[in-house]
This record gives sequence, structure tokens and C-alpha cells, in this order.
Amino acid sequence: MLSIKNLTVNVNDKQILKGINLEIKAGEIHAIMGPNGSGKSTLSHVLSGKGGYTVTGGSATYQGKDLLEMAPEIRAREGVFLAFQYPVEIPGVSNIYLLKAALNSIRKHHGQPEVDAMDFLTLVKEKVRLLEMDEKFLYRAVNEGFSGGEKKRNEILQMAILEPKLCIMDETDSGLDIDALKIVSEGVNSLRSPERSFVMVTHYQRLLDYIKPDFVHVLAHGQIVKSGGAELALELEEKGYSWVEEAVA
Amino acid sequence: MNTATASRYTAEYQTIASVLPGQNLPWLQTLRSEALEQFSAQGFPSPREEEWRYTNVSGIEKKLFSPSVDLTTIDINADWLKAYRLEDAWVLVLVNGHFSAELSVLEGLPEAVTVMGMAEALAKQPDTVEKYLGKGADQSEHSFIAFNTAWFTDGLFVHVPAKLVLDRPIQLLHIVTGSDAMATTRNIVIADALAEAKVIETFISRDGVYAANLSGTDAALGQDSAYLTAAVTEVFVGKNADVTLYKLQSESEKAYHFGGCYVKQARDARFTHHNFAFGGLLARSDIHVDLDHASECELNGLYLGIKRQHLDNHTRINHLKPHAISRELYKGVLDDRARGVFQGRVIVSEDAQKTDSQMNNRNLLLSDDAEADTKPQLEIYADDVKCAHGVTVGQLDEKSIFYLQSRCVDEETARNMLTFAFANEMVDKVKIKSLHDKVLEQVLVRFPQQGVNKEWL
Ligand SMILES: Nc1ncnc2c1ncn2[C@@H]1O[C@H](COP(=O)(O)OP(=O)(O)O)[C@@H](O)[C@H]1O
Ligand SMILES: [Mg+2]
Repeated sequence: MLSIKNLTVNVNDKQILKGINLEIKAGEIHAIMGPNGSGKSTLSHVLSGKGGYTVTGGSATYQGKDLLEMAPEIRAREGVFLAFQYPVEIPGVSNIYLLKAALNSIRKHHGQPEVDAMDFLTLVKEKVRLLEMDEKFLYRAVNEGFSGGEKKRNEILQMAILEPKLCIMDETDSGLDIDALKIVSEGVNSLRSPERSFVMVTHYQRLLDYIKPDFVHVLAHGQIVKSGGAELALELEEKGYSWVEEAVA
Repeated sequence: MNTATASRYTAEYQTIASVLPGQNLPWLQTLRSEALEQFSAQGFPSPREEEWRYTNVSGIEKKLFSPSVDLTTIDINADWLKAYRLEDAWVLVLVNGHFSAELSVLEGLPEAVTVMGMAEALAKQPDTVEKYLGKGADQSEHSFIAFNTAWFTDGLFVHVPAKLVLDRPIQLLHIVTGSDAMATTRNIVIADALAEAKVIETFISRDGVYAANLSGTDAALGQDSAYLTAAVTEVFVGKNADVTLYKLQSESEKAYHFGGCYVKQARDARFTHHNFAFGGLLARSDIHVDLDHASECELNGLYLGIKRQHLDNHTRINHLKPHAISRELYKGVLDDRARGVFQGRVIVSEDAQKTDSQMNNRNLLLSDDAEADTKPQLEIYADDVKCAHGVTVGQLDEKSIFYLQSRCVDEETARNMLTFAFANEMVDKVKIKSLHDKVLEQVLVRFPQQGVNKEWL
């Protein structure tokens, strides 16, 4: 699905990612953990095509194609989805409009006709129920005036409707109370499939109690310093990040 | 006496003076001659005046626009007009500054309500007009008002008696035809205590490119005509009355437009103004509001500038008595070499304790050559007040563009969506459906629409 090789990235001439290697196969869930400032969001942004980052070396291959060459919207249409750490408010554009525009451009990209209006509404309402959201959120401007938790839920709603192949979730758990965390996790788990992969970026282990990763990687100072199975997350929870950070320092 | 005058227009005045309405009214003749004297001495406002510092109207002196004496030679196609007349409104049409009964639609007005041309009002109820004309607009303010008082040929006169609620809006449709024309109109809107009225001022040009765009024909740029519109509207909102005024300015691309709206609100009165400044080469709007005890006003504005348009919006809110509330939001979208100006003054007098005022101006620049000048001014002489103001001038937010791209929207469409969304906030405040749709249509004509679907607007 995704193969990252020796990826180095600069921001304003400062090296932030210092040679990332990561292999993600279809159906796998990878957790990327690390202290604040270790480069987790940078990696998520670079994979989804945000501007302001300079790739100075290495590669990222997605389904056999050079991911880093594609415009952000092409990546999205090809199935890469970023659930933002800080979802952006878009006043004046309704949630449901954006969902429909996004879904239709994915369909167009794959040579399919536009979604039928009734089918779309049925699909959207089903996912709204799954995430225990109020339908009125659909008609509100994208993320405008949403609470932190509502924004995160809205990201997962979009993900559930667009059915991406590679889901990158940047700190989806932050800002969620325990009930919301359960609901969001159920939403994510319902999307698990042998064709879909997840990269879950998180600072804490608690999300991983609900969504069990196949692999855990520890990112520190722009490098993956340790990889392991789900048990690595527990170890980190217990010992903190200092022991892995010290390993590179 | 024959002193030197500051304007070429003064010399032309005699050609029209004898046909202006109200010849038999000494009070009006006095008012007009005082105004003419003032204008002659000053000429059109100069950028040396603080409130005109961003706007140079000397182009009006370089041309010599002429008023039309009557309607006999003017041709307006009735089908064309349909595109601009609101179907659910009473419509009063002014062509080159003269009321056209033939083109207007005034059937079914409640008997107690007066809606007529200003010339007719001066003939039929001069005493009422005398009580109001010049009482809202202060001639000494600047010479455009004096110019208007001296030159006005006609206008709209509306009087809604106490407690009467008009269930349909009144549309005042200003049309200018041909090049080098001049349309100078004076309007008075009176709502007595507890009355409610909505008035829509629409400014269009018969020969504008933009008019052609809307009616589906493809006029060449060169056909756009240069002319001058100078309209002054005085509004009197009685105790507990409620007046909403919409201004949809879609003059031709070469036109000069001055439109002033001067409002006196009585105790507990409510006034809302929506100002859509879309047309004109150089367009200036003045909106001045005087607030009495516990009255409320809301001023909304949207200016969309393209090419070399210069759109100036000048507002003044006078909090004269305690407990009044004012809300103001002006937004500008400026592309190409367009320039937008916002000068907003809020003056809270010593007596106006418990004033609650908010003023905001937000500008979106779409090109490196576009410019926004914004100058909010708060003058507060009372101590127990709540006043806030804010201004922004910026480009589209890159974070928002990326967010939309990450949701499959290409960059160009994302930019268009965000631009429309920015402007549409003001369009959405229009609650009259037919007007809302017309305003929206005009916003869409002015900016690239690719990828923008009306469904989300
Ligand atoms: N736009 C930027 N300009 C300068 N430094 C940045 C920028 N974005 C991120 N950084 C720096 O890059 C490092 C990694 O940031 P980030 O990827 O946000 O970390 P994380 O998501 O793991 O907390 C931090 O040291 C941060 O200060
Ligand atoms: Mg982060």
C-alpha cells in the first residue's frame, strides 16, 4: 500500500524528518507514537501533500505510484485521507456540500457517474448515526463553531463516507472524552478491511485500547527509533518516551 | 454677483433650473439656491477633505454630464426591464432621474400608504415634503449633498402611516441610459410610529456590459457608458418603527456613482441597511445613522471590485442617546487593480451611556495589485459603553485551501469556493427571496464560478 524509504524533510531549511522508513501493507494498522515535536504531524502532512515542506531525499510510493509527485487533491481522490489534528473551519461551505463534492470528485476520478442524490442522503445519514452525531451538523458550515470533539468526529464522518484506502489519523484521540473516544473507535473499527490501511498518529496509548494496531513505531527527533507490536505501546505508556529518546540522543 | 466657481457644472445649471420640480415652492427655491451657492463655492469634494482622502472624484469635472429634461426620447425595453424588476414588490422606476409611471408597478398599495415620485409629491403634498426634505441629510456635510439638493429632478417619496406593516417591499429602480447622462434624485422614506417597511434601491444602466451579461446578450466592453448618478435618500424611522433598506448598486463599468443615505431613528426604532456595491468605475456610498434612545441599527455591506473599480464606503453611526445598539459588518473582495475603501465612524456622545456597538470590516485581496484601505474610527465621549471594532485585510487562507484539497477539491475550485463563501455571508442576510437570488446572480457573474455550485451557496 505505502512504502516510505529514507524520507527526509525540511521546514524552513531545518531538517525535521531525518530518514523515515516505513512499509505498510493493505489491511494493516500502524500506530506512530512519539513525544510532541517529534515530527508526527510533519509526516502526516507530507504524505497528504501540504505545502511548506521540502522533501530533500527519499521516496514515498503509494500503490506503486510516486505519492510525492501528486497534487493533494489527486492523492485524496486516489484514496489517501488525512484526518487532521486541527480540522479547519470553513465558514460558508456546508458540511454536506463538501461531502458530496468530495465523493463526486472521487467517483469522477475513477470514471464513475455522480452519486444519486437519494442514495447519497441515505449513506450520509447512516454514517451520521454510526458516529452518533446530530443530523444538523450536516447543514452547518464545515467545522465552524464545532467543539474540539465534534470536529474530530466530523473528520471520521468524512472518512466513513469517502471510504479511503489509506487513512492517516493525526491525533484523532486528542480532545475526545472517553465516550466520544469509544464512538470514534467503533467508527474506525467498522471501516477495517483487508483492503484498507491505517496510520494512527498518537501521543498516548489510550486510543490503542480501542483500535488495536498491528505495528507500533516510535518517532523521536524525526526518526523511527523503535518498532514493535501492540505491546510496545504499553511499554511506552509505562516508561514514558525518555528511554527511547535517550536511545537516539 | 459673479464670483469664480469651483465647478463647471454651475454654469450649466441655468439650462435645467426652470424645469426642476417645485418651482412654485418658495421654501424649496430657497433651499436650492443655498445649495447651488454652496456647491459653486466648493465644487465636488476633494481628497484634501478627511472623509474623501481615499477617493478622488475629479473625473466628474473632466467630463460634463448633463441632466435630461424629461422622458420623451428614452427607450426602455419592457422585457429587458423584467430581469431587474422584483416580481413580489411595488416598483417605482426612475429613468435618467425621472419617474416613469408607465414602467412602474404600484397597483394594490394600501390606501393609507403614499408611494409616488418626488416631483408628484412636491405638487400634491408639499407641506409634508417640506417637513422632511433636508432634515435628514446635512447640506454642510459635503458638496455632493448640496449638489443633489440643487439639481435633483425627481425621486421616490414613501410615507407609511403609524402601525401599518407593508407586506411587500418597495423597489426603487434607477435606470440610466446612454452616455454622458446625469441622474440626480432625492428620495424620502418616512415610517411613522410602529410602521414597518422594506425599500430596495436598485441602480442599473441600460447599456452596461454587466446588464448584458445578465440578460444573456454579449455586449462588447466599449459599449459601457460613462454617466453620473447622484442619489440622496433621507430616511425617518418613527418610534418603534422598523425600516430595512437594501441598496443594490450595479452601475455600468464606467459610471460615477454617489449614493448617500441619511437616517434619523426615533426612540426604539430599528433600521437595517444592506449595501451591495458591485458596479461603477468610481462609486461612493455614505450611510449616516442617528440613534435615539434604545434604537437599533444594523449596517451590512459587500463590495466586489474588479478591473480598475474604486468602491468607497463611508458610514457614520451617531449614538446620541443611551441604550442604543449598532452592529456593522462590511466585507470587500477585491481583484485585479480594484481598490476598496471602508471608512466607518462610530460616535458615542456624552449622553449615550450603555451604548452597545460593534463594527467590523473584512477584506479579501485576490490579486497583488488590489488594494483595501480601511479606517474604523471610534469616538467615545461617554464612559459606560461597550464598543468593539475590528478590521482585516488578507488573502485566502492557505490552511483552508489545503483542507479542501485534502477533501478532493482542486486548488482553483477551492479558491473559488472560499471566495464565494466569504461574499455569500452577506448575500445570505437578504431575506427577500427574489432579491436574494438577484444579488447572488450578480455575485456569480463577477467572479470565476468554475466548480462553484449554487446548491451550496
Ligand atoms: N511551519 C513550521 N515552521 C518551523 N518549524 C516547524 C513547522 N512545522 C513544524 N515545525 C517543527 O517541526 C518539528 C515537528 O513538528 P510536528 O510535526 O508538528 O510534531 P508533532 O506532530 O510530533 O508534535 C517541531 O520541532 C516543530 O517546531
Ligand atoms: Mg502533531
